[in-house]
Amino acid sequence: MALKIAVLVKQVLDPEMPVAAFRIDAGTKRVVPPPSIPPVVNGFDENAVEAALRIKDAAGAAVTAISMGPSFALDVMKKPLSMGADELVLLQDQAFDNTSDAFFTAQVLASAVRKLGGFDLIICGRQASDWDNAQVPLGVAELLGVACISLGKKVEVQGAKVVVERLIPDGYEVVEASLPALVTVSNELGQPRYPTLRGIMAATRKRPTIWKLSDLGVAKEQLQPRITLHNLFVPQRSKVCEMIEGDDAADAGRKLAMKLREAKLI
Amino acid sequence: MAEAKGVLVLGEIAGAELSSSSLELLAAARKLSASLGEEVAIALLGDTLDVPAKTAISHGADQVYAVNHPQLRQYHPDLFLAALETLCREASPRIILMSRSNQGRELGPRLAFRLGVGLAQDSLEIALDPATKKLMANRPVYGGNAVAVVSCNATPQMAAIRPKAYEPLAADAARQGKITSFPVDLKPEAARSRVVSVVKEEAKGVKLEEARVVVSGGRGLGGPEPFKNLDALAKLLGGAVGASRAAVDSGWIPASHQVGLTGKSITPDLYITVAISGASQHMAGCSGAKVIVAINKDAEANIFKEARYGVVGDWQKVLTGFTEAVRELTQG
Ligand SMILES: Cc1cc2nc3c(=O)[nH]c(=O)nc-3n(C[C@H](O)[C@H](O)[C@H](O)COP(=O)(O)OP(=O)(O)OC[C@H]3O[C@@H](n4cnc5c(N)ncnc54)[C@H](O)[C@@H]3O)c2cc1C
Ligand SMILES: Nc1ncnc2c1ncn2[C@@H]1O[C@H](COP(=O)(O)O)[C@@H](O)[C@H]1O
Repeated sequence: MALKIAVLVKQVLDPEMPVAAFRIDAGTKRVVPPPSIPPVVNGFDENAVEAALRIKDAAGAAVTAISMGPSFALDVMKKPLSMGADELVLLQDQAFDNTSDAFFTAQVLASAVRKLGGFDLIICGRQASDWDNAQVPLGVAELLGVACISLGKKVEVQGAKVVVERLIPDGYEVVEASLPALVTVSNELGQPRYPTLRGIMAATRKRPTIWKLSDLGVAKEQLQPRITLHNLFVPQRSKVCEMIEGDDAADAGRKLAMKLREAKLI
Repeated sequence: MAEAKGVLVLGEIAGAELSSSSLELLAAARKLSASLGEEVAIALLGDTLDVPAKTAISHGADQVYAVNHPQLRQYHPDLFLAALETLCREASPRIILMSRSNQGRELGPRLAFRLGVGLAQDSLEIALDPATKKLMANRPVYGGNAVAVVSCNATPQMAAIRPKAYEPLAADAARQGKITSFPVDLKPEAARSRVVSVVKEEAKGVKLEEARVVVSGGRGLGGPEPFKNLDALAKLLGGAVGASRAAVDSGWIPASHQVGLTGKSITPDLYITVAISGASQHMAGCSGAKVIVAINKDAEANIFKEARYGVVGDWQKVLTGFTEAVRELTQG
């Protein structure tokens, strides 16, 4: 039987949007999505899709992308399909409107994984660029009771095990685990592939499976949020930059050195 | 379970000593314990814990749980988790603090899920709410564009603290504390992954995390070659070389040099950025720097909103003049 791989992908606000467009609604404690800037697939999740597709290229695999959210930009969320994933499962419900609670999100995603019959390998991004939580994948692994390897920069399946080059502060380690397993990946994995025209055509024809919360059979008490958000604000910057000028750029550089010397910094 | 009490710090051992991030946690824990009127305990896992246990006490721990086990000599997430879960259930702390370090990144969330509680991830500041005595954590979100104030709904309340967010307390050799050995029963088969090999990228000279001066380069450098200029400058200043993710992703410099949200957190006295735009995710790793200097050709670049001193100009020209002058000043 072909290897079954799930990739967990989140739709997020474009983290590269200009700072000026970043606004918070203090009342609802939410970031207001700027109307002119479309959401994106979380960057590390595109790395995760790429990791899955490399395994598919090498050994053959059925790749399912799974996402949870209150609503989706379908053209954006079809990107994993146009890159080469086989299926898209959207867990869509107004109840998923507050996705900053890792416990809630992991419970829902783990239930979907179970409902889909389980996977040999689940690949996730290292963190979502909205709440920068870096918790959901580890939680999914715990809830499913599968092996967990985080911060992969290379992921290979060899027979019944996964072999991961895992980032450490001064290099990497090679870690292996028996399948089933969950792996998170980082941008060091390398550029995600661009969708081909053929991929885009195929993706347009594919229909995502859409499930609501009630389709998943998660017990209510398991969805009790574990974190309360009291406030959300834009931090104030009080710094004033002293601009150093000179006759030309090199002279400005020299003056900068003098200035830092005066300030006893060098 | 007994009534939850006290603050439990999850300590980390680096070499044979307590890690610097653990010292930072003890400082944060003491602040909480002062307002709670409860003890600070620390969990140490390993097979030779005498030295770090004493260090922990002199830096603020009232109580050390020494979890001595030959299987814990080397860090393994699954075995450490098994030990920590047992200890946390037994010791029943009100609050658990850990570092959002390399280890904490995987242990924190997994432990929180095992205990069925929430974790305030990557917190910069923690305090007790005076009215409710609940732990309140300020954590940067959206790449540092916003700060969320969160609390945990279940006990123990857990927070992971960003490295360098707190300063360790000065060591006080006269401080008293209790060292309790905490035996655990570990099954080797609990370890579901296996480290096959370790590949270290050679870091010559001063360590980035410890450097007093850091010179960092970004995408505007245009290639790997200019990092040699940064390296020469860093050597003159006795410092280390950092980089933005864009430079790392371009393959100009190894990932171990990356500063930022998903790179290293550094707190040098002087941080010189060269051709870096100052994205919030980059600044997340260096906001603790005492003085930031920006060299960038774009006067509108965000980095000038974060820097103390700035020069607008082509990096190559500015850096030539700067390096020359530094050479004269430091060697003349
Ligand atoms: C979830 C997430 C996590 C991230 N984590 C990190 C992280 O840990 N660290 C990190 O750094 N980034 C991180 N990023 C990426 C970050 O958002 C930016 O994309 C990145 O920091 C930009 O790098 P840069 O400043 O080198 O490049 P750019 O933003 O492209 O800036 C290049 C700068 O060089 C200047 N320049 C160009 N030519 C010259 C010249 N000749 N002379 C002088 N100046 C010149 C330009 O004016 C420009 O300001 C993360 C992003 C996300 C979404
Ligand atoms: N709502 C979601 N839908 C699908 N995957 C998610 C969702 N939230 C988190 N993930 C996965 O978990 C990773 C880390 O997310 P987080 O813990 O929120 O930072 C992401 O990169 C995704 O792979």
